[in-house]
Amino acid sequence: MIAQGLEWHRQGRQVLHGLDLELAAGTLTVVLGPNGAGKSTLLQLLSGLESPTSGAVRLDGEALHGWSEPQRARQLAVMTQDQPLDFPFSVEEVVRLGAWPLGLSPQQEADHGRRWLQRLDLAQLAGRNYLQLSGGERQRVQLARVLAQCGEQSRVLLLDEPVSAMDLRHQHLCLRQLRRLADAGMAVLLILHDLALAAQYGDRVLLLKDGRALAQGPVPEVMTAALLSQLFEVGVDVRFEDGVLRFSSFVADDAFQA
Amino acid sequence: MNPTGRLSPHLLHRLLWLLLPPVMALSLLVGPVSLSPEQLMTPGSRDFLILFELRLPRLLLSLFAGALLALTGASIQALFRNPLADPGLIGISAGAALAAVAALVFGGGWLLGALGPLLLPLAAFIGGLTVTALVARIARTPRGISVTTMLLAGIALNSIAAAAIGVMKYFSDDLSLRQVTFWLLGNLHRTDWNSALLLAVLALPLMALLLREGPQLNLLLLGEQQARLLGVVTHRLQRRLIVLVALGVGAVVSLGGLIGFVGLVVPHLVRLLCGPDNRALMPLSALLGALLLTLADVLARLLVSPAELPIGIVTALVGGPFFLFMILYRQRGRLWL
Repeated sequence: MIAQGLEWHRQGRQVLHGLDLELAAGTLTVVLGPNGAGKSTLLQLLSGLESPTSGAVRLDGEALHGWSEPQRARQLAVMTQDQPLDFPFSVEEVVRLGAWPLGLSPQQEADHGRRWLQRLDLAQLAGRNYLQLSGGERQRVQLARVLAQCGEQSRVLLLDEPVSAMDLRHQHLCLRQLRRLADAGMAVLLILHDLALAAQYGDRVLLLKDGRALAQGPVPEVMTAALLSQLFEVGVDVRFEDGVLRFSSFVADDAFQA
Repeated sequence: MNPTGRLSPHLLHRLLWLLLPPVMALSLLVGPVSLSPEQLMTPGSRDFLILFELRLPRLLLSLFAGALLALTGASIQALFRNPLADPGLIGISAGAALAAVAALVFGGGWLLGALGPLLLPLAAFIGGLTVTALVARIARTPRGISVTTMLLAGIALNSIAAAAIGVMKYFSDDLSLRQVTFWLLGNLHRTDWNSALLLAVLALPLMALLLREGPQLNLLLLGEQQARLLGVVTHRLQRRLIVLVALGVGAVVSLGGLIGFVGLVVPHLVRLLCGPDNRALMPLSALLGALLLTLADVLARLLVSPAELPIGIVTALVGGPFFLFMILYRQRGRLWL
């Protein structure tokens, strides 16, 4: 999936300024950036929910906005932040709804759904009412639903803060599944706020600030103290210890004084 | 897939089909005149005529009106992604009634001549369609449909329609006035074969078309964006639903008047018993709606016998408290039942 010169205006305000991005098969790309940088807008454009003011998103050289919804749904799975489900479906029912674009038989759909329930540690919750779950559990169910949409034709996975409400164990469990999908050949894009998780699971990183790409490239080249400090406007320390990148942030005492 | 505390939809299906024949028999046998078995066997006798010319079409009307009301209720709840949506509550029925009354009062002469028995259903359809589209437009926000706005808009539209109907009564002659009053309370007792068959002919294809949308409506419950990402062409689905619901409500209102709460309470009851999956919920709602409205019609004949209560009063007396109970139940901590 290639995005070229993406621009997006909303109510007279320009949210994205000429953004270029390539999501290659087998790569997990992480988008980092402060609130309001345009991360979710980028995801809306990449998913085809909105058309860019200028520029284009192409999948295999074809402009995405020319695709029909069913055609798009078979190749592209997307998790948005907002999940307004307000009906008392069971956890298993929610996950199985995700498999709809695959056109499976009821038996296949049940097996497929159960596989994703197990992979995301949801098997015990399968019969529970979705509305009675905690925020982190709901997020895991919605992630399982989105992943259940991935079939043989699936190429791209776009996820907006998919693990933000989860506990540590489940964050790793879920990100490992996403890593596995990337290794199996999918192009995965993740919006994250956790630097350590981004470095651990990502191949490439896009730093987004004020609708512009501050930098993009492989994790070790982009996740540097200088660039991250510039991105978040706080001090960020990066150390390389025991084969992993460790991050810590600090602010001066008078940093937030008017 | 049967989480604890839920009834299997197949079981409820079987149960409702088992209950249907006795309820239908009850509806045929109960009334101000008790029918004698011997007379029923004699074509042309008084009891025979009562059964075949009065009670049978009336039964047909109550079955189809109940099924259609419950099914349009379930559909509109999925469309607005809210279990509190109801064609009566958000003003669709009132809009349909207003248009039907207007057609009767102002267009009685030449329009009736041109369109015949289709005049009222057609007018009611246009009224219902206008209100549905209006509510959808008013309650629309970038994040989907706002429930509060939708219900408030419904209150306003209901009052406007009621006031406009009130004004029109001043312009109507004696005959139209009686007909108008007959509608507003919801009534099946003047049913003849023409209206019963007309409703059946309208209801069958409408119900078939609405039932086909079950799987896509499930996806719509996840959210409009989520449904699009799962391959649903949501704006087309929404447009189809608005037209089908307006047609259904228009047909029921024009032939049976304003019958409230069926569209709200019946899908709720089914959801409580069997869960929110529209593939099961919609046919079960239609079945239970047919059953309950027929029972309500029996009650309407029994409660003040030998006179008769308008059926709209019965459904409001039963459905209203049930609705309050549901609200209380939700307040106590469990969402949507």
